[in-house]
Amino acid sequence: MSTQSASLYGAGSFTGTLNADTLSADARRESLGLLALLSPGLLLVFTVIIVPIGWLFWLSLFDESGALSAANYARFFQQASYIRTFITTFKVAFFVTGACVLLGYPQAYMLSQLPRRAASICLIFVILPFWTSVLVRTYAWLVILQRKGLVNSWLIDLGVISQPLPLANNLAGVVIGMTHIMLPFLVLPLYASMKTIDTDCLRAGMNLGASPAATFRQIFFPLSLPGLASGVVIVFVLCLGFFVTPALMGGGKVIMWAMRMEQTTSLYSNWGAGAALGVVLLGVTLALLGLFQWLLGARATGVWSSR
Amino acid sequence: MSVENSLPISHRQRLWLYGLGGLVLLFLIAPSVIIVIMSFSDSTLLQFPPQEWSLRWYETYFGSVEWRDATVVSVKVAVMTMLVATPLGTAAAYAINIGTLRMTGVINALLTASLIIPVILIGIGTFFLYARIGLNNTLTGLVIAHTVQALPLVVLTVLSGLRSYDMNQEKVARSLGANRFSAFRQVTMPQIRFSIVSGALFAFITSFDEVVVSLFISGGETTTLTRRMFNALRDQIDPTIAAISTCLIVLSIVLLSAAQLFGRGR
Repeated sequence: MSTQSASLYGAGSFTGTLNADTLSADARRESLGLLALLSPGLLLVFTVIIVPIGWLFWLSLFDESGALSAANYARFFQQASYIRTFITTFKVAFFVTGACVLLGYPQAYMLSQLPRRAASICLIFVILPFWTSVLVRTYAWLVILQRKGLVNSWLIDLGVISQPLPLANNLAGVVIGMTHIMLPFLVLPLYASMKTIDTDCLRAGMNLGASPAATFRQIFFPLSLPGLASGVVIVFVLCLGFFVTPALMGGGKVIMWAMRMEQTTSLYSNWGAGAALGVVLLGVTLALLGLFQWLLGARATGVWSSR
Repeated sequence: MSVENSLPISHRQRLWLYGLGGLVLLFLIAPSVIIVIMSFSDSTLLQFPPQEWSLRWYETYFGSVEWRDATVVSVKVAVMTMLVATPLGTAAAYAINIGTLRMTGVINALLTASLIIPVILIGIGTFFLYARIGLNNTLTGLVIAHTVQALPLVVLTVLSGLRSYDMNQEKVARSLGANRFSAFRQVTMPQIRFSIVSGALFAFITSFDEVVVSLFISGGETTTLTRRMFNALRDQIDPTIAAISTCLIVLSIVLLSAAQLFGRGR
């Protein structure tokens, strides 16, 4: 608009520069204003999350005498208890992620195939647990799985078993409870990505003579892989740092990474060691997410160009 | 989208899929249903279905000073978190939506940091920071920590509302002489108010259900409901928790339905 009015008066260069000044001042004011809108939130996040984590990272670099050392990290390879914690954590994360895939894929597939109304009703059953407190759901599984819990008393009443099965306060209990909590994190992104799969592709496959099973295997499944991958990564990463369920359902025998961090800092007040655990956990989390983004970026474009 | 269910596969052929999916739905919803039913049991033993019915666990919950205090603390913190996180998140979403700022990568990474960073690390870090500045075991400290965790949800919810809103309307209002704030308040806000309300409800429930950070930074008179529940669960399985859990489940249902209702109004 400014150049138009400038050329109308035949003094393009002069008013042009004048306007450029005003415009750039205006743009500066605009971005300052926007920054002012963002700054309270950013400042809060920076102070409460970034600063303490940076501080903890700094602490982890010193040993108990205050000298600069890698002792806090070397411990992870030397002490058997730390190695056991890492093995347990990855074992639980693998089991839970696997269980979530086995349960979540058919679930999401069914949701994506149902008529819209039925799907939105079924979706409530996924979203409601998602927004129910983790504590409430862990408590429910304790009630269901413990020694004198519902499953054991039913099975004994039915005469299937004579001795109660060890379902809670061990690895099995932790995996069952965590699977229940993680499942929506897999189903929701997977369902969203399945909804974007074009039915025409499937119909074309069937028109060309593919059986329903072959259509699923050769067309639907490959197209759903990016969604599945994102669900798997989210669940796996969340499992690595999960605290509440293993703390309550592990019976003190299943020590996962986050519990170890809590014990080291709260019980033993060893901030350096706890901080080092946190730094490595954050590193692994970010590395997995970064790797996934890199892979999926390539795959997503691959899927796109193949269509 | 193409016509639904247009594949030449009948529902009958899909029965196995519906069966399997139904079982998983059952797995997801059964624990909550069992807890709600058991909360009305008269027995201290865990029987299902209960033999006798009563409201005694609700009486214990509402009659206990400790549980009531913890509930009051949690409600206070959740309301304040909602009141702080909603304007901050809305302002941030507005600025991001304009999209002229540089370093959007850094801004987005910071705002969503609390969704990505393991909560246990946030808990220990916050405790460590608060120990230095004396905010442990205070309401202010809890509200600040919960606001940080609720912020990304508010930002994402409001942002999705703004994305489906035509910013030119605000430009029109401003060209007609309204200043930026009143243009936002009178033109933009009424049209995205449903996403703002949804964001606020998510902020409330995020704070109310938060466990890990509260375990570290709350205590004494500011013990939150979740912290007290966590400690009670570590000791023994008290049926009072079933009554409290039922109240929490009902709260989730109410808030989710409200968010859903407002979301539909868009």
